[in-house]
Amino acid sequence: MASISKDDVVYLARLSNLSLTDDEVESLQGDLANILDYVGQLSSLNTEGVEPTYQVNDLENVDRLDEVIDYGVTREELLATAPEQKDNQIKVPKVI
Amino acid sequence: MASIQNIVDAVSSGSSSATEQVQEALKRANDKKDFNAILSLTNERAIKRAEEIDAKIKSGEKPGRLAGVPFIAKDNFLTFGSPTTAASKILGNFETPIQATAVEKLEAEGAICIGKANLDAFAHGGSTENSAYGPTKNAFDTERVAGGSSGGSAVAVALDIVPFTLGSDTGGSIRQPASFNGVVGVKPTYGTVSRFGVVAMASSTDVIGPIPKNVVDAELIMDILAGKDPYDATTLPDFFKPQTDVGNLKIGVVEEFMNEGVDSEVLEKTNQYIEKLKESGHTVETVSLPLAPMCLAMYYIIVPAEVSSNLARYDGVRYGARAQANDLSELYGKSRDQGFEDENKRRILIGSYVLSSGYYDAYYNQAAKARTLLIGQFNSLFESYDVLVGPVTPTVAFKLGENTNDPLKMYMTDIMTTPANLAGVPALSVPAGETAEGLPVGVQLIGQRKSDAQLLALAKSMEENHG
Repeated sequence: MASISKDDVVYLARLSNLSLTDDEVESLQGDLANILDYVGQLSSLNTEGVEPTYQVNDLENVDRLDEVIDYGVTREELLATAPEQKDNQIKVPKVI
Repeated sequence: MASIQNIVDAVSSGSSSATEQVQEALKRANDKKDFNAILSLTNERAIKRAEEIDAKIKSGEKPGRLAGVPFIAKDNFLTFGSPTTAASKILGNFETPIQATAVEKLEAEGAICIGKANLDAFAHGGSTENSAYGPTKNAFDTERVAGGSSGGSAVAVALDIVPFTLGSDTGGSIRQPASFNGVVGVKPTYGTVSRFGVVAMASSTDVIGPIPKNVVDAELIMDILAGKDPYDATTLPDFFKPQTDVGNLKIGVVEEFMNEGVDSEVLEKTNQYIEKLKESGHTVETVSLPLAPMCLAMYYIIVPAEVSSNLARYDGVRYGARAQANDLSELYGKSRDQGFEDENKRRILIGSYVLSSGYYDAYYNQAAKARTLLIGQFNSLFESYDVLVGPVTPTVAFKLGENTNDPLKMYMTDIMTTPANLAGVPALSVPAGETAEGLPVGVQLIGQRKSDAQLLALAKSMEENHG
């Protein structure tokens, strides 16, 4: 049984930039333990000397020329998708 | 519902018009609102595009291979004319300045996107119950789930609102809802269709494909969608050539899929389909894919890992909803907590866990190695067999709410669909009749990489001879 403490959930949430409520931490603790317990069955598989697969279509180093492609989209249109903008930039709360 | 070719012929010859097709489809969409299959309609833009196509036809210009055909895209495709929400709250008000390549390709042939279909938020789920905008109801029984995650896409076709929709399939999200609603679902070879402009879930398994009513239509849509896209570096050069004669194939029944855990009526319908394959002259034998029972475990390590990475971009800064916050880290944390559904959070946290130092080798890398072994098993089967066959899901559509309290039980519906995604091979869900209760059953056909046209040719010949 994968053991997941509440502190573990809080730590994972911090790694994931998620501000969970206390109730969420509680219910996720059980869910995560069950899921990790299930997927843990893979440890029984002998994979000694096996190379991992991260992608399946054998493509390597797909390059393109480093030139600007015109998508037909303006800066204004792209900026308009952000919740707040100012002076042609995306606005966020003060960082420092 | 007329076949796509019939609609194109009627519109091109003037016996119907694109405007009429679009108006009727919009009316059907409004009439069937109770199913909650559609999140938004592109009304004005759709009518305007239809009028442009009608004008083209009047002036004698070629209107394209899909002239006047209305379609709906799953709401994780970026499209013009209505928001793209991915059925999430965080993208609830997101209007896009670009369209997905797949949508552009269809529209270049005269098709018209009339709206967006419901899904599990960010395509995380197997029932469309994880949508932030309520579940879609099954087309055959409104007390049952649509399946998912492309539930809205499958139900919109089953209800004859449009002749086809677009879906995405990361672990079965096209095939499973197609089987639950008695329509066709195409999961192409990884890299066949551009994913540019589609909300990314798990980049190493995500594919997109059509959900039509019949296989003939699937073939036409795939012929248009397939091909290399400079905006998606994972696309393969176009290899898709529709086949006219399927010949006699060697077909393997995957024994791990035909076990006692599968509903007896699902097994019965699958066996009936297998008998018809034999009657059609194909050689059918039982084969083994020993790692099949392990695929779900591989999938629920690899996919959450990629999900946690792909969903990092939804932070309330560049697009989507932003929570009130005093500083930047609070803004990230709150925007994400408020904007994601429970299942999104589960997968993000699992992903962070299996990728974190100390667990990376035990979980993520072990799954990646298991994936290599699985691909090896598929490859050796495809040395002797052209196609593999089995059920799509262990059960027919289950009741709404039946699995929502148990995430792991919900995951089990993916048990027979995830292998094709992990190996990157093509797979179809085709209708195989109904249970005594009147619920649809689907059969799954799996082929080797780039055999998409052969799979469709086989399914088409079965549809013509036994449909």
